[in-house]
Amino acid sequence: MAGVRVLTGTRKGAFILSSDEHRKEWTVAGPLFPGWEIYHIKGSPLNPNRLYASQSSGWFGQHMQRSDDGGNTWAPVGNEFIYDGLTGTHQWYDGTPHPWEFKRVWHLEPSYTDPEEVYAGAEDAALFRSTDGGSSWSELSGLRNSDSGPSWQPGAGGMCLHTIILDPITQGQIFVAISAAGVFRSRDNGVSWKPSNKGLVSAYIPDPTAEVGHCVHKIAMHRSRPEVLYMQKHWDVLRSDDSGDNWYEISGNLPTDFGFAIDVHAHEPETVYVLPIKSDSEHFVDGSLRVFRSKTGGNEWEPLSKGLPQTNCYVNVLRDAMAVDSLDSCGIYFGTSGGQVYASRDSGDSWEAIVRDLPPVLSVEVQTLP
Amino acid sequence: MIRVKLPDHLCTLAGADHEIELHIQGKPTQQNVLNALETRFPSLKGALRDPLTKKRRPFVRFFACGEDLSHQPPDLALPLAVANGEEPFLVIAAIAGG
Repeated sequence: MAGVRVLTGTRKGAFILSSDEHRKEWTVAGPLFPGWEIYHIKGSPLNPNRLYASQSSGWFGQHMQRSDDGGNTWAPVGNEFIYDGLTGTHQWYDGTPHPWEFKRVWHLEPSYTDPEEVYAGAEDAALFRSTDGGSSWSELSGLRNSDSGPSWQPGAGGMCLHTIILDPITQGQIFVAISAAGVFRSRDNGVSWKPSNKGLVSAYIPDPTAEVGHCVHKIAMHRSRPEVLYMQKHWDVLRSDDSGDNWYEISGNLPTDFGFAIDVHAHEPETVYVLPIKSDSEHFVDGSLRVFRSKTGGNEWEPLSKGLPQTNCYVNVLRDAMAVDSLDSCGIYFGTSGGQVYASRDSGDSWEAIVRDLPPVLSVEVQTLP
Repeated sequence: MIRVKLPDHLCTLAGADHEIELHIQGKPTQQNVLNALETRFPSLKGALRDPLTKKRRPFVRFFACGEDLSHQPPDLALPLAVANGEEPFLVIAAIAGG
């Protein structure tokens, strides 16, 4: 029987929410790794029982866990993330050079082609790859050592590589996004990289149209049309129709174009979801929680609020905390800083909390099971 | 035999009891205790000290016999009471965060 697993990373452990294809009754397993920050959990698209979890703590550093039975049991795998070669420096908040220091893994991206291959996006910004199921990691240092690397600067949340998109059609094409450097694209499987930020305008940097320095919060792609990318930036929602060569704004009638998360409907490549918040300091909108959906690939947005709290609600949704399933009626899921995970079984028309009162949610990933 | 006490987080990470007994190769030093601990529980590599530099993590502390040994040289001999198993070597998660 088909089903759904919602892999939820929180500030104090991980939870796996499971349901059948009706998505009405949910079981909650967890906390897994109680007390640890779980920045991200993600399953292999080739083997849904192969899961990876990024486990970290300010006390005890970065660890990596792997499950081969859908999250029932876990075993630690490799946690040595060593920057390749001379470490070098990037810009610190005050503009001075600062040595690259590994802090944690924000995002894991298992490969479409090899269940043993998985990518990890790190803070301080770097991309690592494992080809042995997470047992060992090597940096793809062409990214960090590209021309602009020494000029990258951290955003308020740290200098994190938070988004990794593997192009499912064009062999060797990878997109990553870094706060606050921007989008970078490789066309040779991660060996060399170029900035991919043309069209981004950021008033908070000295040159608003600079090649790098933009605080990109998240990018998303539909698998059937990988040349189209959607972006939620630190102000502005944008899209690219040419694999990141050029970007243009699609904020349109959004009440505010600040936010963190963005995702695409599983079956409709022009249907996009964002969760706008008022600003970089006020992470809410007037006490109501609303998802905005565009069915036109941007610009025309409609609020979705049925089933979501509309008064006295001041939660936020972080960049990796929204995901979709691929059942016939597409399910949309997001987790909040208040510990709720909301789900919609009908592409966003209506919502319900499938779990409440978890620790603050850092990430949500969804597996659609055969 | 040296007794080592671990905090909750590291017990769950290593799948270890709160108190474990280690047989140390060579001199009973902080460094040799940590080496033996990581050999027996490989998942603790990187949890107590940086995997590359072997420097103690800033929020990890080592106590024994009512003393903070965290800042002692890692190759200094541990107190006799720790070395002969009378007193445990305590791994402590520093109080931080209010």
